[in-house]
Amino acid sequence: MTSPPGAHLPEHPDFLWDNPEPKASYDVVIVGGGGHGLATAYYLAKVHGITNVAVLEKGWLAGGNMARNTTIIRSNYLWDESSGIYEHSLKLWEGLEEDLGYPILFDQRGVLNLAHSLQDVRDSVRRVNANRLNGIDAEWVDPAGVKEICPIVNTSPDVRYPVLGATYQPRAGIAKHDYVAWGYARAAHAMGVDLIQNCEVTGLETSQGRITAVETSRGRIAAGKVALCAAGHSSVLAKMVGLRLPLASHPLQALVSELLEPVHPTVVMSNAVHVYVSQAHKGELVMGAGIDSYNGYGQRGSFHIIEQQMSAALELFPVFARAHLLRTWAGIVDVSPDASPIVGLTPVGGLYLNCGWGTGGFKATPGVGDCFAHTIAHDKPHPFNEPFTLERFTTGALVDEHGAAAVAH
Amino acid sequence: MQLIPCPWCGPREEAEFHYGGQAHVAYPEDPSALTDEEWAQYVFFRENPSGPFAERWSHNAGCRRWFNAVRDTRTHDLLAVYRVGEPMPEVIA
Repeated sequence: MTSPPGAHLPEHPDFLWDNPEPKASYDVVIVGGGGHGLATAYYLAKVHGITNVAVLEKGWLAGGNMARNTTIIRSNYLWDESSGIYEHSLKLWEGLEEDLGYPILFDQRGVLNLAHSLQDVRDSVRRVNANRLNGIDAEWVDPAGVKEICPIVNTSPDVRYPVLGATYQPRAGIAKHDYVAWGYARAAHAMGVDLIQNCEVTGLETSQGRITAVETSRGRIAAGKVALCAAGHSSVLAKMVGLRLPLASHPLQALVSELLEPVHPTVVMSNAVHVYVSQAHKGELVMGAGIDSYNGYGQRGSFHIIEQQMSAALELFPVFARAHLLRTWAGIVDVSPDASPIVGLTPVGGLYLNCGWGTGGFKATPGVGDCFAHTIAHDKPHPFNEPFTLERFTTGALVDEHGAAAVAH
Repeated sequence: MQLIPCPWCGPREEAEFHYGGQAHVAYPEDPSALTDEEWAQYVFFRENPSGPFAERWSHNAGCRRWFNAVRDTRTHDLLAVYRVGEPMPEVIA
């Protein structure tokens, strides 16, 4: 052999962003280079003209929950507060490909949320009515309607948890999570945002009740404002300034099958049996489970959770019996007491908080990026994230979305 | 599946157990004296460390008794188990 293997391959394609050394100071430092952090940086630059921004990521860009979620996008939440932010997000999703100038494979194939008991039916119909009052597309479909939308669902009454109907949101769908992250990263980079990988925040520096800098594994970086977008690690970061958060970090597992021909035309979620399934563009069945019960930062969960999830999936979709499991993994989700996020100011001046999205943060990526950027730029919450303060756990103004969050919280 | 050493029954599979969250959270001694902020702390705010964590488990499918454990949340290793009422043992993670 005269040349090494691969020598004939073409050049590496153009990089979508570079890897700059961190500067000594920034106007805004965003901690966490996942979907939310990248989207926040993008809207800070685009909408508010703030471009002296760094996104610090301890691993690689979008390698945490952004790489591990099941990409479901929907806005069929119960309460007005949630409708506001999730529907805002869905509307941004609908124009995101043009906005970013980058393909994200956003596909509005609809979502079915199955009801398996009379209580499920009542809750689901109530949610449909609430959605419609908020201008969100939603309908109640009976078992025959479920079969029509997704023919492979087992609607037989002779199963342990029969399908009694479902809510259907036609505008819901999926997107290619990596492309979403790359699209935001590329656009933010083009506007002058520094994306700094392998840079772990080890301390937050304050002076007279105001944030002044972050200590990192690559040195001290002075910051006018610091925005936390660290999902499962939010509690660890907040503790650096003595701030307690009402969060528990849990492993959340998901898996994919081998590639199959198209069999699953929509997204199906079942609250009662803890499984949600769609088929990726490439052909894998993508399935998510409920959270593991214990707190954990290990990015892995227990196998019996996967077994339960598979048995539920098989009962709902007998056609999956011959599919082979290709890969399982876990992310760390930051679960809040009311299954709603915490987005807003903190008692520390110039320190902003975006966390508590639990199992459902991906769908919120554009919406929260936009609202969080507004919060940072104006030092004041956007109307859509105003209800989601940290203070609500003291005032009692909770936004209980355990029903619409759709998996075990 | 993880084996959890119940302090009464010995090591059993994790599926036999129910998780109870942070241990040693005492009910307020004088509830009527608490401010809203203190109630919020008691009801909603828990430690969420990346590292050793003292937590409660119940051996639901076995002796049905509650006990405490210190577990490293990064590795899920159980560092110690001890009965309710006993002090939290010193552990080195």
